[in-house]
Amino acid sequence: MTEGSDARTRKLAERIAEIKPNPAVALGRSAWPFLAAIVIAFLLQVVIAPMLGGFYAKTLLDIGIAIVLASSLNIVNGFAGQFSIGHAGFMMVGGYAAACVTYYGSIKLLMPQGELTEAIGVSVLGGFLGSGDLLFLASCIVGGVFAAAAGIVVGLPSLRLRGDYLAIVTLGFGEIVRVLVQQTSDVIEPVKAVDAGVGEMVTHLGGPLGFTGTPTYVSPTPWATNASGDQTGHAGIFFAYSIVGILLVLVYRLKMSSQGRALLAVRENEVAAEAMGVDTASSKVSAFVLAAFFAGVGGALFAHSLGVTLNPNELGFQKSIDLVIMVVLGGMGSITGVVFAAAFLTVLPELFREAAQFITHLVGYHGQVNTDAYRMPVYALLLILVMILRPQGLFGIKELWDLGFWRRYVIPVWRKAAGGWLIPKHEARLPAAIARELSTERTGGEPAKSDDSPKPGASGDQP
Amino acid sequence: MNAAEVAWAGKPVLEAKQLAIAFGGLKAVSDFSLVLPERGLCGLIGPNGAGKTTVFNLLTGVYQADSGEIELYKRRLNGMKPSAIARAGLARTFQNIRLFGELSVLDNIRTAAGVRARSGLVRSFLQTPLYLAEQQAIVERSLDLLDVLGIAHRAGEQAKSLPYGDQRRLEIARALATEPTVLLLDEPVAGMNTIEKRDMAKLIESLRERFEVSILLIEHDMGLVMDICEHITVLDHGVTIAAGTPAMVQKDPSVIEAYLGVPDDDPELPADHQVVD
Amino acid sequence: MNDFLQTLVNAIALGSLYALTALGYTLVYGVLRFINFAHSDVFTLGAWVSFTIAGWIGWAGTGSPIFAMPVILFLAMAICAALGIAIETFAYRPLRRAPRLNVLITAIGVSLLLQNVGQLKWAFGTQPQRMAELVEDRSLFTIYDVHIRLVDVVVVILAALLVVALERLVYGTRIGRAMRAVSFDERVASLMGIDVNRVISITFGIGSALAAAGGLLFALKYGSIKQTADATWVLLGLKAFVAAVVGGIGNVRGAVAGALLISFVEVFGAAYLSPHMKDLYVFVILIGVLLFKPSGLFGKAVTEKV
Repeated sequence: MTEGSDARTRKLAERIAEIKPNPAVALGRSAWPFLAAIVIAFLLQVVIAPMLGGFYAKTLLDIGIAIVLASSLNIVNGFAGQFSIGHAGFMMVGGYAAACVTYYGSIKLLMPQGELTEAIGVSVLGGFLGSGDLLFLASCIVGGVFAAAAGIVVGLPSLRLRGDYLAIVTLGFGEIVRVLVQQTSDVIEPVKAVDAGVGEMVTHLGGPLGFTGTPTYVSPTPWATNASGDQTGHAGIFFAYSIVGILLVLVYRLKMSSQGRALLAVRENEVAAEAMGVDTASSKVSAFVLAAFFAGVGGALFAHSLGVTLNPNELGFQKSIDLVIMVVLGGMGSITGVVFAAAFLTVLPELFREAAQFITHLVGYHGQVNTDAYRMPVYALLLILVMILRPQGLFGIKELWDLGFWRRYVIPVWRKAAGGWLIPKHEARLPAAIARELSTERTGGEPAKSDDSPKPGASGDQP
Repeated sequence: MNAAEVAWAGKPVLEAKQLAIAFGGLKAVSDFSLVLPERGLCGLIGPNGAGKTTVFNLLTGVYQADSGEIELYKRRLNGMKPSAIARAGLARTFQNIRLFGELSVLDNIRTAAGVRARSGLVRSFLQTPLYLAEQQAIVERSLDLLDVLGIAHRAGEQAKSLPYGDQRRLEIARALATEPTVLLLDEPVAGMNTIEKRDMAKLIESLRERFEVSILLIEHDMGLVMDICEHITVLDHGVTIAAGTPAMVQKDPSVIEAYLGVPDDDPELPADHQVVD
Repeated sequence: MNDFLQTLVNAIALGSLYALTALGYTLVYGVLRFINFAHSDVFTLGAWVSFTIAGWIGWAGTGSPIFAMPVILFLAMAICAALGIAIETFAYRPLRRAPRLNVLITAIGVSLLLQNVGQLKWAFGTQPQRMAELVEDRSLFTIYDVHIRLVDVVVVILAALLVVALERLVYGTRIGRAMRAVSFDERVASLMGIDVNRVISITFGIGSALAAAGGLLFALKYGSIKQTADATWVLLGLKAFVAAVVGGIGNVRGAVAGALLISFVEVFGAAYLSPHMKDLYVFVILIGVLLFKPSGLFGKAVTEKV
């Protein structure tokens, strides 16, 4: 046997030991996307949002939150291929946990010290990244953690149930959370809340009226001030889009990793995945837990946004379906697809209204047209048509950069510019080219011409 | 194999001892025993419905045997989950091809190869040097495997769009990616023409030395089985009716009966005539 | 004792309604192996269509003739049967060979469509309405000081008749045999000369007709009907679906048994535990059954061939 064929059959561990990536370069490569995300979020807040003005800045904020929620659902519905239609339940768990932290938390922590008085109540505290903002960010994490715990609870049934049945259980979960929250009593007033115990706080989440009094840390225009000069806005877009950026990086890295491949394998053929050594049970539960965590964070963002009062009735089946539609239209398993779909579906109601307005004006009818009632029927019709005509949604399981025109025109330019610096070599999107490159490296110069000329049916090797 | 044959053939890698399983009232497999030696190539044949795939499912943990033992290098596999058994070194292909259809050919291999990687989720998120090294090694090895199996030129294509023969090769490559000690092939040449079968037969024979695996093969093509297998076990209705070298099995009357029925007095039947199922 | 008896009557009546709807779910699942999410909306539309027809003919309010009820029942069932067949033909048939997930999502889409179109201004609107009193609101007889209302008796008897009729249909007629054949093995059934498409359409038609009957009876019993996308309808449909699953989806007797079980849990739970949590009890039962006996009380487990 030749040297070449020996090298091809060596074990993985030996090969791993040979490759020693430069730690400094690795650190740089690892960190730059997160930093870029924060910088972009900052620019969006400081430069773009003021240009857009109050209304469209709010839309931008809504898009960010939708992307977070839809992408989280993409992990379990898209990557793992499990059918979860109660995702709003995780959002609720996260949102309410976060609201507890900011509302009750700020009362408990700050009222005794005098930083908070009855007069201010529980309003937005401090300036940018002041005590209030830090409390808010902490609440996001707390929300995520609680939602992740719920994710374990929902993930376990997925081990025994498939398809339709799992869908029903997730639906049931969403409904159970909704019913439980609806039973809670009204939110405790600040003065009394100082002395409230944990048990009391948890059972006073506002019930059917919603969690009134949640401070608004996520508003689109931070430097708005009211008549008395108090700051009434907060850096919502910065927070939301930092989280969006970090989430997208993490989700992308998940998809490229072995764990992500394992999830996709479970989606494609669970029996085969199990036979190839993938622990399908822990993969599925992990998918639920991760998805739930991010949904919880999204819920925390949502709970604190301008004009929102967390309300169990609004976060039921309807909201879950909204998210499912975003994932299905974008392409289950496609990160870029879901981002586009989330953005599109968030602005669609507004586009609708404008379009209807425009058309009716053309026809001579001057007045207000209420298109809200038509939003859902159109969505529903869209969903049906997509399922019949293009079930893979926008991109299917692929990404924007997997499409034909992108591969032919954009990628060569990008790879020349970024080379192996910004993107790890193994993220091969053009495997044949990478294969040639790698074999060039190994044999030092001459690209190894495959002695197994690839003809279908021809022998692949010599004994 | 009996003890004497094993001593001659080499160290036993996989041992099945008196495996039995029944579904409801139906005894799918009874008293099945098999010894697979190191670098061995053994065959498992029998008419349709004989229980061959059931045996595979028992060995790989898809079904739990009602009684009997399964040992891999003396390590007891009974009760383990299929994924644990795969990680222990037992890989398989499927009778009805089970590829990850939407994923690319390369990704199919990467998924299986990734099982040997040690980086957890946190390392994947942070992309630590270990993670990077592992991923690069996985991609390289996956491409190498595809090369050996002759389908490297299709690395970027979607698995479900592959021609049939290449799909079977991909399944084998994927099983090999888990670095198994034992490879179970379920009807690897089903649906192929004569030339493809011949090439596949040569490939399978060569796998033993190149990848240091022992192979157990289910097949219906008698010519191929008699050609490359060192030892054959014959099943009928879940019962082992014969076991031995190809020469022995070919002449065994109960085997002939199981496949052809009780023979009429037909002297025209040639000795090497292929059984078509 | 009075409370108990009244609760019992309510439970049986509600159970009958659930049974009619649950049968629709179970029939369709038996034949197509898929859960028709849009089925409960046919129930809703059954109620609204009945209300609308009663209005057109002029039988709204009290004092309608004795034959009003059967006529409206028949018309509602016919219209909804047609609707069910149309849905199957246009939304589900193109996806007959598609992955299960796609059909499921389409069903959700159809459900949303029906709900939201139903409450448009030119459809049924968003105002709750009072159902016509096609059955006199009087007490039929009294036991232990509890008035047994005529309406409840009519509901139970009518539902029982429909269930028996269905049983006879599925087990005693040629078309019923065809339905059962298709549910066992679609391909072989078609090889035996059964027009599978026709059988599936008929199954949808029957299921939808039963749901429509359930909707009408619901409206008669409870009086007020809310807009089509209202949460109460969704919950009702969901509970009927739970009933079908609990009983063993695909099993006709199971659907009835499951429906009674669910309604008993719900009604007795609301009466003796907390009325606010009645939805919760039902879901807890659902999850319990799915986790411990996914094939339901009367169903058979299906294993995947490896």
